[in-house]
Amino acid sequence: MLLEVKNLHVEVEGKKILDGLTLSVEKGQVAAIMGPNGSGKSTLAYVLAGKPGYEVTEGEVLLDGENILEMGADERAAKGVFLAFQYPVEVPGVATMTFLRTALNAQRKTRGQGELSTPEFMKLVRETSAKLGISQEMLRRAVNVGFSGGEKKRNEILQMAVLQPRLAVLDETDSGLDIDALQIVAEGVNRLRSPERSMIVITHYQRLLNFIVPDVVHVLAKGKVVKSGGKELALELEAKGYAQFTGEAA
Amino acid sequence: MNADVRTMKTPAEQALSAAFAATRDTLPGKGAVAALRADAFATFETRGLPHRRVEEWKYTDLRALMRDLYPLAAPPDAAAKARAKDAGKLLAGIDCRRLVFADGAFVPEQSDLTPEQGLSIASLAEALAKGDAATAAQLGKTFPTDDVAVALNAALMGDGAVIRIAAGAEIKRPIHLVFAAGADKPSSSFIRSLIVVEKGAKATIIEDHESGAAQVNAALELVVGDEAQVDYFKLTQARALHVASLLATIGAKAQFRSFAFTRDSSVVRNQNFIRFTGEHAHGGIRGVSLLRGKEHVDTTLLIEHAAVHCESREQFRAVLDDESHSVFQGKIVVAPHAQKTDAKMMTRALLLSDEAEADNKPELEIFADDVVCGHGATAGALDPGLKFYLMSRGITDKEAEALLIQAFIGETVEEIAHEGIRAALMDAAVAWLGARK
Repeated sequence: MLLEVKNLHVEVEGKKILDGLTLSVEKGQVAAIMGPNGSGKSTLAYVLAGKPGYEVTEGEVLLDGENILEMGADERAAKGVFLAFQYPVEVPGVATMTFLRTALNAQRKTRGQGELSTPEFMKLVRETSAKLGISQEMLRRAVNVGFSGGEKKRNEILQMAVLQPRLAVLDETDSGLDIDALQIVAEGVNRLRSPERSMIVITHYQRLLNFIVPDVVHVLAKGKVVKSGGKELALELEAKGYAQFTGEAA
Repeated sequence: MNADVRTMKTPAEQALSAAFAATRDTLPGKGAVAALRADAFATFETRGLPHRRVEEWKYTDLRALMRDLYPLAAPPDAAAKARAKDAGKLLAGIDCRRLVFADGAFVPEQSDLTPEQGLSIASLAEALAKGDAATAAQLGKTFPTDDVAVALNAALMGDGAVIRIAAGAEIKRPIHLVFAAGADKPSSSFIRSLIVVEKGAKATIIEDHESGAAQVNAALELVVGDEAQVDYFKLTQARALHVASLLATIGAKAQFRSFAFTRDSSVVRNQNFIRFTGEHAHGGIRGVSLLRGKEHVDTTLLIEHAAVHCESREQFRAVLDDESHSVFQGKIVVAPHAQKTDAKMMTRALLLSDEAEADNKPELEIFADDVVCGHGATAGALDPGLKFYLMSRGITDKEAEALLIQAFIGETVEEIAHEGIRAALMDAAVAWLGARK
């Protein structure tokens, strides 16, 4: 088991968001997490990545058996946790290439590895960015500044490809994408599927799961997992909606 | 209690008066120059050192900050000159024409006086002693002001650079004016430079102060002629009171770009008086200040658009740590006839500590009706969302902050056209960041 989330309770500014969430993700597994707005999907993503301001009042999160809740976001990243943001942040003044390089070398340093040589790094970035339709010009630009919604999402996948995480959390990667952009992003994600890498694909809609086909689907409602099943569960949700889990009429 | 505060001179004011009385007969220049000194001194006598109730000096109370006047610097001896030799290292990697001043006095033997077509260099003291008519005629005329710091400079000016760049001349190497502290005990100097860039000439001028523990009052009169292109840098590192005034006019179709870089300085006031006198000129007036401890850096601009169709961009950034204090006062005045003026001023302060303080006071005074003018000011801490984004990629807390601060500075430094200077200033900023606790 790569990830074990046990009875996780999380509050944000005194408000309970996750209420005893339990979830396991096997090594190499792609798990979809679906749920209505406000069910705690993004909170789960942020808590896994270590965003400040999320108070864990109970429970634990084990990555390969190790509790990561006391670690800073940077340490978790070095351990192989990656979050593809729903709203990637613009970082004025920091060139994308510099950012990628700084991040990769920081992780390697934390892991006690040497820096990647410049030719190796350039090759890795060039190949990956070409497949994602990210131009050299974009790589020279400041991170996400002036990027379209689709470009920002592709940039997230580029970072994931460069950083090679063990656990990738994709938070609503489909939001704001048209079908062509969605396909490019999904292909980028699929290329990164590996027996050594687990993914949590968070989405509100089933559409993304046509492109990134999950091994399992978990339904999140009111801060906990209320149902789990195979990929067909996503289709069922698409047809019936989330009302059965929220107790409200859709 | 209704005491006339002017009758109560502070020790510094008394010392300034005494210094003028003791040196007025020996300071260089006779006739018109002596009259200029006397008039300027009278301005100081009437007004005293500016204090917080003087609007332009509200945030930099010179009367409170200047507790005393250090003795006027003696001419540098061999030891002082030797100490000056190491100054200005920030630009060591750049091929410049280096002109060295120790304790405000020109040191010809350390200066590069290789002749160059269209370039004339003299020391102010020498020019005034010789009775150079052109210098005497220009002094104090570039941008007349009753500012007391400028008046004190005029009254007590000892030496400085007098540079004339002939019409059409293109000076390839940057002219690096190095103002170093040489004396091993506290001293004060009043430096006045005069630079005239004639029509169509091009030059890069760097005014580089490493004042150490010396009090410095520096003023530069800069005439940017029609169609001239001037890049001007003011680099400051000063561990005692440092007040510098730029008095500039910009002619028609001229391009003027300035950049002020201040770090590791205790109390600095950089005031810029800039007037656009000819149409279709462009001015880019920028700067970055890095502050920590209890440092105080004041940037005060008075930009006068006195001609049609000129464009100016004012862009300043300050990074403040600990209990430091930055001041930005930017005033843009558009004269009634200066139609089609396009002026944009932006100042941003990055506060790295809750104790730091940034005062921003942008002002527009527009008397023309067909202009585009705007200003903006922000002050805030590092964006936690940005920091988390970087950290979520594995970048450590400290590295993430450094990267974001560097980016904040970089956005302004990137505007510097000269690649070597741009890189040198960025390196200096990174070194400053590296020294952060």
